[in-house]
Amino acid sequence: MGSMGWGYVAVMAGVTFATRALPATLIRSKVTNRFLRSLLYYVPYVTLAVMTFPAILGATGVPAAGAVALLVGIALAWRGAGLFAVSGACCASVLAVTLLAQAL
Amino acid sequence: MATAVIGTQTTDVHAGELAYPGTARLGEKGLGLFREGLAEGVPIALGYFAVSFSLGIAAKMSGLTLSQGVVTSFLCNASAGEYAGFTMVAANAGYLELAVMMLIANARYLLMGCVLSQRFSPDTPVWMRALIAFDNTDEIFAVNVAHKGDVRPARALGLMALPLVGWAGGTAVGMLVGGVLPKLLVQALSVSLFGMFLAVIIPPARQNRVVAGVVAVSFAASLAASVAPLFSAAGEGVRTIVLTLAISAVAAVLFPCPEDDAEAGEA
Repeated sequence: MGSMGWGYVAVMAGVTFATRALPATLIRSKVTNRFLRSLLYYVPYVTLAVMTFPAILGATGVPAAGAVALLVGIALAWRGAGLFAVSGACCASVLAVTLLAQAL
Repeated sequence: MATAVIGTQTTDVHAGELAYPGTARLGEKGLGLFREGLAEGVPIALGYFAVSFSLGIAAKMSGLTLSQGVVTSFLCNASAGEYAGFTMVAANAGYLELAVMMLIANARYLLMGCVLSQRFSPDTPVWMRALIAFDNTDEIFAVNVAHKGDVRPARALGLMALPLVGWAGGTAVGMLVGGVLPKLLVQALSVSLFGMFLAVIIPPARQNRVVAGVVAVSFAASLAASVAPLFSAAGEGVRTIVLTLAISAVAAVLFPCPEDDAEAGEA
């Protein structure tokens, strides 16, 4: 790591700032290309979904706990629970299932 | 405003406003907006503290030092982006690989940046636009655009103040004590980011069947790609990039969004 470390920091911060600030400062008129608009519209959902599953199953030591966390998270988010509530409930369900698995 | 003050002198807020006449009025108003933003930022900051805790664990495992991890978190404030980035750093990726991964993980901010650009009043200076865009996270973006009319810089700056602190602080605590916490607790906290992702993608999926279908297809394709011989060998970062662009492009061709939906959906 060593000298590479701050380089990594600079790349992560630089690219993140560029994606947020460049359109907000340079674009003064609406994006009109329909395909591009649609593509950018779907990107967040696909990226986050792909990153969530199946990774959530392997995140904890117990795949079943990850599966329960996924279902609990989807159910709560579906019912309109906020960021904090969904996140906390996922953690709590992993804790519960893992403890249960250890007890059995 | 002045008429309203005269008409309702009984309330404390208006009485206070009367006490600062003339030129002081503008500063007071800016301060009031800033405070309003601060208050809106409290729940976001709390949520960020919790989720950035597990980012801290990921940062620690990637091999970055405490200061490097905290500075990264303070400057990025991006859950998916940082998670993807730390994963690449842990794999000793090259700078270009890391940059491409960050770009893909943060691609949604390009669209949010476009939306934000439409909401600044013409007299907002470029440096102020850049400063507000710097912390244009999913949640802060949502709060900013939920307000009617132009983005008010004072309120936007107040809104991002506490979440920035919460994000960097959570990362610091995660890096410091993540390693000494009981394994059980760390395992439980490791899903907090996924919970946050679900909180972002599921509500729109409920309102829009196409988004729901896209999310379901993404789950299935991601699972298939993780076990398919050739694809699984490509590594998680590359898989995410390829799947994101392919599925989004197909969805964009099959279900182009109606003219105003792109903005409405994101907001």
